[in-house]
Amino acid sequence: MIFHDEPNAGDPFPHLPDHSSQGRLERVLRAGHFAVTSELAPPDSANPEDVYDRARVFDGYVDGMNATDGSGANCHMSSVGMCALLTRVGYSPVMQISCRDKNRIAIQGDVLGGAAMGVTNMLCLTGDGVQAGDHPEAKPVFDLDCMSLLETVRGMRDKHEFLSGRTITDAPKVFLGAASNPFAPPYDFRPHRMAKKIAAGAQFIQTNYCFDIPRFKEFMARSRDLGLLEKVFVLPGVGPMASARTATWIRNNVPGIHIPDEVINRLAGAKDQKKEGQQICIDLIQELREIEGVSGVHVMAYRQEEAVAEIIDRSGVLDGRVPWYPGRDEELLKERA
Amino acid sequence: MYSVRLWVVRHAGAFERIYNMFEPVLVKLHPVWNKIGYQRAEKPMSKIEQACKGLLFDCKMCGQCALSSTGMSCSMNCPKNLRNGPCGGVRLNGNCEVYADRRCVWVEGWKGSQKMKNGDRIFAVQKPVDFSQQGSSSWLRVVRQISKNKEQTREKSQ
Ligand code: SF4
Repeated sequence: MIFHDEPNAGDPFPHLPDHSSQGRLERVLRAGHFAVTSELAPPDSANPEDVYDRARVFDGYVDGMNATDGSGANCHMSSVGMCALLTRVGYSPVMQISCRDKNRIAIQGDVLGGAAMGVTNMLCLTGDGVQAGDHPEAKPVFDLDCMSLLETVRGMRDKHEFLSGRTITDAPKVFLGAASNPFAPPYDFRPHRMAKKIAAGAQFIQTNYCFDIPRFKEFMARSRDLGLLEKVFVLPGVGPMASARTATWIRNNVPGIHIPDEVINRLAGAKDQKKEGQQICIDLIQELREIEGVSGVHVMAYRQEEAVAEIIDRSGVLDGRVPWYPGRDEELLKERA
Repeated sequence: MYSVRLWVVRHAGAFERIYNMFEPVLVKLHPVWNKIGYQRAEKPMSKIEQACKGLLFDCKMCGQCALSSTGMSCSMNCPKNLRNGPCGGVRLNGNCEVYADRRCVWVEGWKGSQKMKNGDRIFAVQKPVDFSQQGSSSWLRVVRQISKNKEQTREKSQ
């Protein structure tokens, strides 16, 4: 599938009136396609090829890649740096911004810098606590929280103003996202919290790993009652677990991830646990797709990135659509010329 | 104190009522504050405020109290300083992601808000913290604001 006004690689789309950004992800979602995004693990290196190698494994299967910002409070290449590399060749990264490491001055600077480099999607996060990562002795910043961060970036975009009120001459045109975790208590507050994020500017939501479908359905039903589903694109998070042991470790050690016993038992009982983990992921994607208000999925396949293509392919959610990647339209563009 | 703080949140409704009686008294005293000078009143007042609220809420004197929007659970005790509700890291037992042996400030706050008359204030998006207000009296700030608003409406109606 090619948009009629498909730009050259790396160039922005023409700005449509009801769109906030000139980016691909917003286009795909607003056109009603089932979108796929994936988590791009940043390298522990200064080599740009490491970023491109990691991005290439998703070619043809994802509409956006989340460049994580020190996720799990571990130190890696910065999200801004990765985005700079990715946009250069035309990819559509989602620049994650966490409140843990930067204050409002640094963050707003990064928003402008990112937008200037062609970043069209930004995901506003609070961030994991420093205790979770490899530098527990670091100073946690948390100057803003994800909510005030959303409002800040929206203000920069819509009011052309910094938080201080100073004018921005060319506003960052970004599609704004936030995270949501329906699987952490207090469960009955979670839809309200999403409502707050929407009120603060969130246009799309990516959730934590979704293994508990009944809980997620409940969350979506409450969100519908609050009238949220017309206002936001929800992309539940999914991902393959390599083994029952990994899943148990993640459940016990990574904040905010809830994996029910049934999933772990199903993994433990399988002959090939890795394959089973991928099958579970495919099954989940297919189930999630049927839930009202789900606009896509966000795949987090940590250390199994090469499996994403097959998972998406076998889930059938793209319906034959081939998301853009560098070189996809080469033939076509030649014909056009 | 941690245990006092938890107890207070369990009685958030009562503390809401107490504050609602207390605030008009402070506002009535506006001429007194004016006479002393708000700036001069600041020091003793912030000391008193710190003593009371420190004991009851483990108040961190951010200078822009949000207790009425947080279910009477001081959100500055959240290690991420969240002002708008719980992060995604809350443990299944309702304890904090960072301090595994403590309750999540917001799990408690959400319960507290349900006991309050105006508990739905928890749904409003809070502004970022103004760190330049840290250590100053929130009470005086509120009183000054209310009195100023009153004066302005009075001037307008004249
Ligand atoms: S679990 Fe609760 S108290 Fe702990 S960091 Fe998250 S929101 Fe704050």
